[in-house]
Amino acid sequence: METLEQIRDRLAAAFPQARLEIVPNGSPAAQDSLWMDSAQALAIARWLRDDPALRFDYASNVTGVDWLDTTVKESTKSVQVIDGVERLIEKKTERLIPGFLEVVYHLYSMELKHGPLILRMRTGNRSGEVSVPSLTPVWRSAEFQEREVFDLFGIVFEGHPDLRRILMWDGFEDFPMRRDYVEPDDYEFEPTPHDEVLEKAQRHHPEVSS
Amino acid sequence: MNSPQTAAFVSGYEVRAKSGANGEFGGELLEIAMGPHHPSTHGVFRMDVVLDGERVVKLKPVFGYLHRNHEKIAEDATYLASIPYTDRLDYFCSLTNNWAYCLAVEKLAGLQVPERAEYIRVITAELTRLQNHACLGGFLLQDMGASGTPLMYAFREREKILDLFESLTGARMMCNYMRFGGCRCDLPDGWLEQTRQVLAGFPRFLDEFERLLNENEILMSRTQGVGVLSSDLAVNAGVTGPMLRASGVNYDLRKVDKYGIYDRFSFRIPLGDHGDVYDRYMMRILEMRESFNILSQALRDIPEGPIVDPKAKIRGFRPKAGEAYGRIEAPKGELGFYLISDGSPNPYRYRVRAPSFINLTILEDMCLGHHVADVVIILGSFDIVLGEVDR
Repeated sequence: METLEQIRDRLAAAFPQARLEIVPNGSPAAQDSLWMDSAQALAIARWLRDDPALRFDYASNVTGVDWLDTTVKESTKSVQVIDGVERLIEKKTERLIPGFLEVVYHLYSMELKHGPLILRMRTGNRSGEVSVPSLTPVWRSAEFQEREVFDLFGIVFEGHPDLRRILMWDGFEDFPMRRDYVEPDDYEFEPTPHDEVLEKAQRHHPEVSS
Repeated sequence: MNSPQTAAFVSGYEVRAKSGANGEFGGELLEIAMGPHHPSTHGVFRMDVVLDGERVVKLKPVFGYLHRNHEKIAEDATYLASIPYTDRLDYFCSLTNNWAYCLAVEKLAGLQVPERAEYIRVITAELTRLQNHACLGGFLLQDMGASGTPLMYAFREREKILDLFESLTGARMMCNYMRFGGCRCDLPDGWLEQTRQVLAGFPRFLDEFERLLNENEILMSRTQGVGVLSSDLAVNAGVTGPMLRASGVNYDLRKVDKYGIYDRFSFRIPLGDHGDVYDRYMMRILEMRESFNILSQALRDIPEGPIVDPKAKIRGFRPKAGEAYGRIEAPKGELGFYLISDGSPNPYRYRVRAPSFINLTILEDMCLGHHVADVVIILGSFDIVLGEVDR
């Protein structure tokens, strides 16, 4: 198989507007991945599937990753002259790196028996802009897996034929695989609560008496 | 076949009454829920089926009844603590689940597995495959109405293999046996001899099983030409395992990835021609023969030596930040684990690529136009386990 750099260069030639970036992987597995922006993702996916030298006809694994907002603390030291005396002044700044949700595709070729090529797509942030294009039209195997990512991470796949919850029930509202998900106190009301359950029940339903 | 495309992609499907072309008698479509407690669904699994007479015009699988968010639990636990949880994914094949997870962690942390441990892994994994495929044959026949006999024959063989697992790992089904960089304990005395004895009787069981079933007229008429899966669709839909090979696609990770030491054994990959239920049944029978070959070679060649990589830490195991995807050929298809480490004792992201779950994607395509009774055996030929589908 071609190296990831070669694939990236050929992709960049075929899609001049697309933003492509290699995400290095620090582990001994050395499976680097390719981050593409979502604007042309569908066309890039088709290209990867149909290119005669690559033929990634099999999307093995589709999954989501939640990256939280992180704050980076930086301190800069500088020597300034104040009232004729040199002083070391330390400035502390906090920079917020906004979090995002990520979709990861592991592609293999069943025809040429090579792989994996790891594709990543990122959403704008974690709350408002959470949509990426669905790659189900290219690889049918993404259908249930994208539904699962939607269900558990809340990433919306545009162009998915049947996007609804798959593992959680339909009335469920939160996204349990997000890193900041807090489990609710109680899922269902118990008719004869006692001990801990009673305390929780009273918190939610003050009319419950012991 | 008149299939109304109602395109209502929310739960609670819209079903329109059908009337004949000239307004004569036209029955209505019938919506039934097969499951979640139907005995043919192999667990708690529901299919919402829309029927026109006895023909299936729409089918939506509904699952999640057994969902316990395995991935979230694993992210809150250390790497080691997740091994027993992987047993519960596909509870028929706990040893292959262990192997897939350990393989992913070994890739993530760069661990080497000693020779003897690799042999033990191959032996236990192929024994797992034997008992899984034997039971699948039994369950499939049970779904077809051959009540009991083939299933009991298969369970008799499975019992012997589970006894081997019990003497090796202490548990019959939840083995929790493999560790990062090797296995938990060495083989007990006489285990190899015991295994050879169990295996010596296995070809006889297979001959008997095949003589009983392969050319059985009812089996052939119920399965041949039913639930045909074309190779193009199978590849595109990510179907793996014996189901894929029944459609004629030569893709077996034991040959493609050569993980572990599979490049040392000579074995063949059986392939099907038609991609129907009968081919999928035959694929399991033929794979059992090949697994038997692998086992004979592995039992012959297994060396003495250590069983765990001395560099593998049990306590304070913290892989470097990075990610890895490891996959093996589990009896049901490609079982993959995707791990992201951030350098802490717990995985940052832990993902199971479960073969049963992804194979179900095309259940509807394969059932459309068939009788409702065929849905049961098409699902039976998938070989799903709900512990893995729902995770």
